[in-house]
Amino acid sequence: MEVAEKKNKNKPYKPILDGIPDWPVYQLSKNRKEFIEEVALKAFNEIKKNRPMTKQLMDELEATVYREQQRMKRNRWRVDPADEPRFWGNIKEELVALSGKEEDELQGKADELLLRIVSRYSNEIAGNFKANSYRLTREIVKFWFARLLNGARVKKFGAFFRNRYTLRDKIQIVGKVKQLRTLAKEGTVVMVPTHSSNLDSILIGWIIHSLGLPAFIYGAGLNLFNIKIFAYFMNSLGAFKVDRRKKNVPYLETLKFYSMLAVQKGAHSIFFPGGTRSRSGMIENHLKLGLLNSTIEAQRNLYMDTPPGEEVRKIFIVPVTLNYHFVLEAPDLIDEYLSSKGQDRYLPEQDKYGSWQLIQFLFKFFTKGSNISVSIGNGLDVIGNYVDDHGNSLDTQGRIIDTRDYFISNGDITVDKQREDEYTRILSQKIVSEYHRINRIFASHMVAFVAFEMWQKKHPKLDLFGLLRLPEEDQVLQYEEFRKTCKRVRKQIYSLKEQGKVYHATHLKGNIDLVIRHGLDNVGIFHLKRPLLMNKDGNIITKDFNTLFFYHNRLVGYDLEKCI
Amino acid sequence: MTLKSVSDGDKPVGVIGAGNFGTVVANLLARQRKVLLYARDEHAVQRIHDTRENRGHPIHDNVVPTNDLSSLAQQCDVIFPIVPSSHFRLMMKQLSPHIHPYHILIHGTKGFDVKLAPGQTIDMMPTLDRSMVKTISEVIQEESVAVRVGCLAGPNLSRELAAGHPAATVIASHFNEVVTMGKRLLRNEHFQVYGNNDIVGVELAGVLKNIIAIAAGALSGMGYGENAKGLLVSRGIVEMIYLGRALGGNTKAFLGVAGIGDLVTTCNSSLSRNFTIGYRLAQGETLQEILASTDEIAEGINTVKIAKKCADHYKVRAPITSTIYQVLFENMTVKQGLEYLMRYPLNVDIDFLEQ
Repeated sequence: MEVAEKKNKNKPYKPILDGIPDWPVYQLSKNRKEFIEEVALKAFNEIKKNRPMTKQLMDELEATVYREQQRMKRNRWRVDPADEPRFWGNIKEELVALSGKEEDELQGKADELLLRIVSRYSNEIAGNFKANSYRLTREIVKFWFARLLNGARVKKFGAFFRNRYTLRDKIQIVGKVKQLRTLAKEGTVVMVPTHSSNLDSILIGWIIHSLGLPAFIYGAGLNLFNIKIFAYFMNSLGAFKVDRRKKNVPYLETLKFYSMLAVQKGAHSIFFPGGTRSRSGMIENHLKLGLLNSTIEAQRNLYMDTPPGEEVRKIFIVPVTLNYHFVLEAPDLIDEYLSSKGQDRYLPEQDKYGSWQLIQFLFKFFTKGSNISVSIGNGLDVIGNYVDDHGNSLDTQGRIIDTRDYFISNGDITVDKQREDEYTRILSQKIVSEYHRINRIFASHMVAFVAFEMWQKKHPKLDLFGLLRLPEEDQVLQYEEFRKTCKRVRKQIYSLKEQGKVYHATHLKGNIDLVIRHGLDNVGIFHLKRPLLMNKDGNIITKDFNTLFFYHNRLVGYDLEKCI
Repeated sequence: MTLKSVSDGDKPVGVIGAGNFGTVVANLLARQRKVLLYARDEHAVQRIHDTRENRGHPIHDNVVPTNDLSSLAQQCDVIFPIVPSSHFRLMMKQLSPHIHPYHILIHGTKGFDVKLAPGQTIDMMPTLDRSMVKTISEVIQEESVAVRVGCLAGPNLSRELAAGHPAATVIASHFNEVVTMGKRLLRNEHFQVYGNNDIVGVELAGVLKNIIAIAAGALSGMGYGENAKGLLVSRGIVEMIYLGRALGGNTKAFLGVAGIGDLVTTCNSSLSRNFTIGYRLAQGETLQEILASTDEIAEGINTVKIAKKCADHYKVRAPITSTIYQVLFENMTVKQGLEYLMRYPLNVDIDFLEQ
């Protein structure tokens, strides 16, 4: 690499809690059975509350059984339990047997069925954190990562067993690390990262460990558990399972109460508020509101339930952006994005990557120069106000706000769903704007952005799809012009940084030719068809317009187009 | 909605701004609650206290004038700030330290706030965009921690309200509890209160109608009759909708009480300040002469300036607004302006409903 990345300080962080038994997630797993029952019961009550009539409840049950049987018929996965068809078959039979029964008898039976269903879901969802398995995984990962790094980089005999490089050289963690560590002691942290790759979960798991934080729980898509390596990692990291195929009310309620109660009990959590990997490569700008909403609800419950005099445990939202030069799944993600934009049809989530592809990727990642950076944002309270290093919420003038006041009406804490829906909207807007602010721009993002926008500008009459089909002879940019534009865009990025609107990697500074070279060398580095290259004449060409568009999208939303 | 049915106790309601409309609102609220009415000027507070009268309105017994913002915010959970847009931000800065997230603020100000870099003035800016032009609810949220913000808009001529004639208003807020609270406090047998959740749309409708009101005054001053007014009102609402959409409102808000309702009222009322300005312009007076002879603030003049520059920025066709702008600031006569408008080529009647 010509442009040296500023050497990471690389100081190890001490764990903030001494032993695993102190960790909230451990506490949760120790009382796993009680917790699962509590979740099921809360979900049961909530569903009943919203369906006061027996008929409504029966309809819901019938719909649930129908959907589950359809799912099993059409879309069964390796991870699905073997006894599933029997369970739902039984429920169905009992439902059918109920027809024509008296109202009183019906209600009791329907309640019983519902409780059975939500209990099953609650068990399905629950994570299974095991301290030993966590420790083992952690050591394995550390050991092998170190072997790979050193074996590939230190060119000496026996290098394989040296410890010159650690993962911290590959992955830069910047931002409010110290604050995050304090907040995790003072209250409950809900980390909300951007999501572009299946690797994100593992990356975040590693980051949390290396920052000395106790394990976080998180909802991982059940599809990931189809891949054995992932399943092992996830289980040992305390992941709970989210099955996106199940859209029925009992499942969704159970899921909601699972994450809400875990947060309420002080388990630090992670969730990806974009819901799924960003298909377009853009920073998320529409968040899933459900989980944010339950975070707000958890905070309100804590204010309501904590006995007077005791300190209320505060919940902190910490936005995090993950920045890559290369996203393993980029070609498929952008394909899905484009076909769904081009013609409005539903695309099921597909994972073409098995364990082998993953190992290949990891090997490439460690042996070649491609770094990842992680930006930790300032902590927010559940309404989206910044918090200081002690966890106090601050207003724009820096005055301390009592978060409790947001839930107060006429002097008392009240439950007002509609109000909390609005708070959710406010919080989600704040998270999106924080993502843009803490995002760390790489040279590879910049060159992709500039190249794509220059092509767009040269062909103003073409829409996106026209542009992506640009004939090959037009897919050349003169280097001199490209260089000038990069300089202009970089200047604007500097100025945005001055205004506190974005960050950039240190490698973005210095000689522009070297920066461009760095960008070209890294953008989508391991793709079969490289999104951006320099040809023999020293001009800029692309081998894959779609992935170029993907990497370009990372800088959409900063109004940089005007510098092209 | 709420667990507890709100027994609001005896907490008083605050009104900030003892102008014409502020005083009337205070009197309306006083039918239900004790009201603290804040006036900036200590002498005005004393005078209201002594005479029990303000701006020609007798003051309800439940209204207590005050000069202390901090104690008002402390005593009242619900506050109605009703001060001219040009002073609004400053007032909010003073009020802000005393505001908590549980406060409900429902404003009744029909104007824009313009926030520019130090040293810049509106007249220096060739165009204005939405990052510089704020609605009043946005000012409240920028300057304080208040989130439960609402606005009060509709055909509410102070004198008619004071006389107890039947009327209606809209309370707009993202928060249902704000709408409910506003209804509970204001509604009475002569006064109907509607809810709306598009607060920015309702604010924009209330602000932009002032432009059309000036035009209505001008038509009237020229001695024209009801045909002309029908033309103006219908074309005016179209223009308001286009401008409003460009600035972030929905079409719907403009078709309700705060839009058409308010527009029809203001365009027919010689009581309205904005109407009066248009009328006197048509009679041949200049803007300077008119301003010199009145101490009340007509929001419309500033609104014309801001709306015109926004229309230019967002490339919205706004012939009425830009003509009024020329009449106010560029020495066009009302007669010339009218001739220009009558020759204006666009003649599609309704084109804002498709989409």
